[in-house]
Amino acid sequence: MTLLQLEAISYQKQNKMILQVDELSLKRGDHIGIIGPNGAGKSTLLNILAMLEPPTSGTITFDGMKINPNKIPISLRHRTASVFQHSQRFDMTVFQNVALGLKIKGIAKNEREQRVHEWLTRFRIDHLSNEHAYNLSGGEAQRMNLARAFALEPEALFMDEPFSALDAPTKASLMYELKSILRERDITAIFVSHDLLEIEAMSEKLAVIIDGRIIQKGNVRDVLNAPSDIAAPFLHAWNQLKQGLDPGVQ
Amino acid sequence: MELIVSGLSEAFRMIIELDRDIFDITWLTLRVCILATLISMIIGIPLGMLLALKHFIGRRFLIVLAQAGMGLPPVVAGLWVTIFLWRSGPLGSIQWLFTPTAIVIAQVVVSLPIIISLTYAALQRLDPQLKKQLKALGPTRLQYGWFLLREARFGIVAAVMAGLGRVLAEVGAAQMVGGNLLGDTRILTTAMVMEVSRGNFDVAFALSFILMTIAFLITFLLTYFQQRQVIR
Ligand SMILES: Nc1ncnc2c1ncn2[C@@H]1O[C@H](COP(=O)(O)OP(=O)(O)O)[C@@H](O)[C@H]1O
Ligand SMILES: [Mg+2]
Repeated sequence: MTLLQLEAISYQKQNKMILQVDELSLKRGDHIGIIGPNGAGKSTLLNILAMLEPPTSGTITFDGMKINPNKIPISLRHRTASVFQHSQRFDMTVFQNVALGLKIKGIAKNEREQRVHEWLTRFRIDHLSNEHAYNLSGGEAQRMNLARAFALEPEALFMDEPFSALDAPTKASLMYELKSILRERDITAIFVSHDLLEIEAMSEKLAVIIDGRIIQKGNVRDVLNAPSDIAAPFLHAWNQLKQGLDPGVQ
Repeated sequence: MELIVSGLSEAFRMIIELDRDIFDITWLTLRVCILATLISMIIGIPLGMLLALKHFIGRRFLIVLAQAGMGLPPVVAGLWVTIFLWRSGPLGSIQWLFTPTAIVIAQVVVSLPIIISLTYAALQRLDPQLKKQLKALGPTRLQYGWFLLREARFGIVAAVMAGLGRVLAEVGAAQMVGGNLLGDTRILTTAMVMEVSRGNFDVAFALSFILMTIAFLITFLLTYFQQRQVIR
């Protein structure tokens, strides 16, 4: 069952075509990775999918509803959550940061507190609950952002390079935790990265975007086994890098 | 030297003995300046938010206007308020000229652009990514504005301090529209100008100490509040 669909999407800035997507649909429960080199248009695509940036033209359908991108109903926003590359810290405690979305959503205090603690614990930062968000390390702050997103119990979760600012060990443990949570909850997850290793770890489906166009999409295995001519050089570079590494590394 | 020493001792005597006139002048100054700043806040903060968050026709012009208004010489503001409130002026019939209300109006005119511009600047400085994150949480317009304001509170407090500092220090407009009438529209700055011109340095010293103390205390309180928010 399709949760989110883009059709004939284009996005221009200052008369420059930045993104063109003929069709992209996400099924409920899909974990889809969007990969591409820097400047390919990944963030632009994610922002359009997350309905945070209206496209220049095209149609967005969410759960069967045609969306007017310039007038997103609040109730719809409350069904999605987003996490960005640079963790967004509001000038308040960790607890308040995670509770912010729930507060905005109008969730009652008791349930709010219970959910915040659940997710702080889940991301192993419950001991930092009363710490000011500005005092967190990069990894802790990204845990906080993920906790904020999951506490909202979204149907769709949009992540724009959530780990790319983290060091390797932090990235590895957080990726592992995130994946296990995604497996147990029925959340549609869209994960942007320029790192194939991350994408392979996080998602079953893949869309390769180069120069503002989706070059290839499908199951991660299928795409990697038979990359298209345009996608091949980019993916090949990653394969070479991986071969140079211990094949057991995940 | 003698002049300074005797002036200072006399000033302290007046302050300690709570000289009636000095007390009245101080009390009026506080009421007028705080009221003017409050009005400027109530009008200026929402306007600054509007300029920072909404894109509408004429927005650029209003931003420039507010910024230019920061440099408006108080005497010019005084002139225009006087003309409007003059007996035969457009608002002459309400007879506000030479009342504390006129001083409040003039002070709002000089502090409003400061509060608008600095509120606008404080909101402009917020990380666009943070705004995007907030928007993604699905706030109502009111919630969106409130949480951004909360994020910018450091800058907003600075805006209010600057506005208050301006009205406390301002003398030209208050003199012009208030007339410096004892027990009615005489405030610390206008009283000082008068006492100095009469050579009453002791009284001027006393007034200046009170003015400085008020300015310092208010700045201290607001800075304390501001820092407490930041450090936690
Ligand atoms: N506001 C903008 N104005 C002009 N160009 C932009 C704007 N935002 C993005 N771009 C351009 O669009 C392209 C895609 O950007 P982005 O989606 O951020 O790429 P990615 O996330 O894949 O690195 C880049 O070439 C970038 O320079
Ligand atoms: Mg990007």
